[in-house]
Amino acid sequence: MKPANAVKGRKQMNGNTLLLIITIVLFVILYAGGCIVYGSKGFTNLQTFLNILISNAGLICVACGMTCVMLTGGIDISVGSLVALDCMLLAYGMGKWHMSAPVMCLIVLAVGLIFGLVQGFCVGYLEIQPFIVSMAGMFFARGMTAVISTDQLSITQDTNAAFYSWANWRLNLPFGGVLNRKGVLIMPYIRVGVIISLLVLIVIFLVLRYTKFGRSLYAVGGSEQSAAMMGLNVKKTKMKAYILSSFLCSIGGICYCLNTQAASVSQATGLEMSAIASAVIGGTLLTGGVGNVIGTLFGVLINGTIASIVQFNGKLASSWPNILTAALLCFFIVLQSVFAFLKEKKK
Amino acid sequence: MKSKKLTQNPLFLPLVCVLLVLAVNAVYDLSQGKAFYEFFITVINDQGLLTGRLVTILNRGSEVAILAIGMTLVVSASAGTDISVGSVMSLCASFCCMLVAGFGVSSVDDVAIPRLLLGLLGALVMGCICGAFNGTLVAYLNIQPMVATLILWSAARAIGLLLCNNLIVYVRTDAYGVFGGYIGFLPTPILIAAVCIAVVSLVLKKTAMGMYIQSVGINKKASRIAGLNSKRIIFMCYLLCGLCAGIAGIVASSRITSADSNNIGLNMELDAILAVALGGNSLGGGKFNLAGSIIGAYTIQAITTTMYNLGVSSAVAPVFKAVVVIVIVVIQAPPVKNWVRKHTAARPAAGKEAAHA
Repeated sequence: MKPANAVKGRKQMNGNTLLLIITIVLFVILYAGGCIVYGSKGFTNLQTFLNILISNAGLICVACGMTCVMLTGGIDISVGSLVALDCMLLAYGMGKWHMSAPVMCLIVLAVGLIFGLVQGFCVGYLEIQPFIVSMAGMFFARGMTAVISTDQLSITQDTNAAFYSWANWRLNLPFGGVLNRKGVLIMPYIRVGVIISLLVLIVIFLVLRYTKFGRSLYAVGGSEQSAAMMGLNVKKTKMKAYILSSFLCSIGGICYCLNTQAASVSQATGLEMSAIASAVIGGTLLTGGVGNVIGTLFGVLINGTIASIVQFNGKLASSWPNILTAALLCFFIVLQSVFAFLKEKKK
Repeated sequence: MKSKKLTQNPLFLPLVCVLLVLAVNAVYDLSQGKAFYEFFITVINDQGLLTGRLVTILNRGSEVAILAIGMTLVVSASAGTDISVGSVMSLCASFCCMLVAGFGVSSVDDVAIPRLLLGLLGALVMGCICGAFNGTLVAYLNIQPMVATLILWSAARAIGLLLCNNLIVYVRTDAYGVFGGYIGFLPTPILIAAVCIAVVSLVLKKTAMGMYIQSVGINKKASRIAGLNSKRIIFMCYLLCGLCAGIAGIVASSRITSADSNNIGLNMELDAILAVALGGNSLGGGKFNLAGSIIGAYTIQAITTTMYNLGVSSAVAPVFKAVVVIVIVVIQAPPVKNWVRKHTAARPAAGKEAAHA
C-alpha cells in the first residue's frame, strides 16, 4: 500500500503537485517582491529569511501536526490554546515551582500526549465531529492556562538559567555574513528552536512517506470505508493522528516559548488559524488524503513573509497579516474546490 | 413507559439543564442565608428599571439567543456550524460605529438620527454580506462549513479593526445606547430577541421554509430530486445567520456605546453552538427545534451568570463550558447512544441511569 498521491498515477498527481508548485511560486514571488521593495532596509539579508524561521519555529511543528490530522480528514483547532498552556506551564513551573528545565519540558510533552489521547478518543472511538472536540479542547486549554495563572510571566536568567541559555543560544552559519555599520562582519545565525522544528519536519516527512502509520493516515483520509475494508484500524489511526498532533504541538509550544520567553493567557491566539492556513496553502486537502509537510513548510514561510513584509513597511496596521492570510486561505480553498470539481467532471 | 417518552422529548435535555442550574442557584442562595426563590425575585428599582437575577440572565443572554436562531438553521441545513458569528458581530459593530462616527474619529457625542439609522442599516447589510460570503462558499463551492467560515472567523475581526483605524470608537448618545439599554422599564435586548424569535418562528411555522430546511439537512440530494433548490436554501440559512450576527453585534456594541473590535462577540460562537447542542438538536443536521435552542441559549447565560455568582473568574469560565460541551456531545454520540440502547434493552433500570448521567 503506497501513499494515496503516489498510487493514483501521473494524471491526478499533477493536480496536487500543481497546488504545491503554485505555493512555491507564490512564496518566491512574495519574497522577491519584498526584496525589491524593501531591499534598502535589509530585506535581502540572509538573516531576514532566518528570522522568519526563528519566529515561526513553533508554528512549523504545530503545522506539521495539523497536516497529519488534516490528512485523516479531521481538524484540530485546539493547538493555539495548547501552545499557550505549554508556555504557561513552562514559565510557571520554572518560576514558581523551581523545577529544572528538562523536567518541565518532559511534563509539557506528557500533557500534550494526554491531551491528544482524550481528543483522539473522542474523535476516533466516540465519532464526535473533530471540530467540536477540538473547539472544546481549545477552550479547555485556554481556561486551564488562566487557572494556572492570569499574570504575564517571563522567563529570565533568574527564573531558570538553563532554559534561558537554551533560548539565547545561537548557531552561527559559516556563510552569508554582512558588514554592519561599524564594519564588523556579522554572521547569520539560527536558534535552537529552528533546529528542533526542522528535525521534526524531516521526521514527519519520513514517517508520512515510509512508515505504515504514515501511509495509513493517507488511506484513512482518502476513504475511510476502503481503509477499513483493507483491514486498517480506522479508529486507532485517527486517535494516533490526534495524539501526534498534540504531541508535536507541545514540541511547538516549547519552541514558541524558547522564542518568546514569556507566557500569558492571551498568548498564541489565532495560532490554530495560521497552522491550518499554512497546511491548506501548502496543498493539504481539507477533505483529507492529500498533502505533505514540505508544502506545509512553504505555507508557514508564506505566512512569515507576509508578516515580515508588513513589519518592514512599518506603516501598515497590525491587522493586515491576518486579513492577507485569510484572503490567501480563501483563494486556496476555492482553488481546491475548483480542482475537486474538475476531477469529478472528468469521471 | 412514561419516563421513556419523557427522555425522548426534544426539550428534555435543555429542561434538565435549566433545572440543574436552578437547583445550583437555590442551594447557593440557601447556603448564603437567602431565600431559595431569590433567583426569581424581580423588582422595579428606584430608577424605574426592571431588575433581578432572572431579568439579568434574559437581558445578557439576548445576543446568544439571537445568534442561536441563525445557528440552528445553519446546523440543520448544512450539518456544519458557522464559527464566524462572533467575529462577524464584531465587524458589524465596528462598521456601524464607523458609519455613525466617520472614519478615524474615536468618539462622538451628538449624532443626527438619519446618520444613526444609516449606521444600523449598514451593520445589518454587513451582516448579510458576511452571511452571503459564507453561504456562497458552503452552498455553491461545496466547502466544509467549518472551514469556509474559518476565513471570516479570522478575517472579520481584523477587518473591523481596520475599519475603526485600530481605535475603540465611542458613540456616546442615548439614541444609540437604547438598543442595549431600556425602553421604559423593560431592557431592550429582551425585546429585540423576542421580536427576532417571533418573526423567525412565525416564518418557519406559517411557510414551508422550516420543512424545506429540515429536508435539505436530512438528505441534500433527495431534496434536490424532489424539486427543492438545496443550494439556495443552504445559502439562505447562512445569510440569515449573518443577519442575526449583525443584530447581535448592534446589541452588544450598544450596551457599551462603542465598538471594541477586540472584545465584542469574543468566544460567542462557542456559546451559540453550545446553545444549539444543548437544545437537543443534533449537530449532524436534519431535524431542528428552535425553541430548544432558545432555551439552550438562556441556559448557557444562566450557567455563566451562576458561575460569576459563585466567584469563578471570566478567564476560567471556558473550562467549565468546555466540559459541558464535551458531556453533551458525548451523550449525543452514536456509539454511546448504541451502548445505552443495548443496555436499556438488557437492563432497563441501568440504562435509564446512563441516559440521565
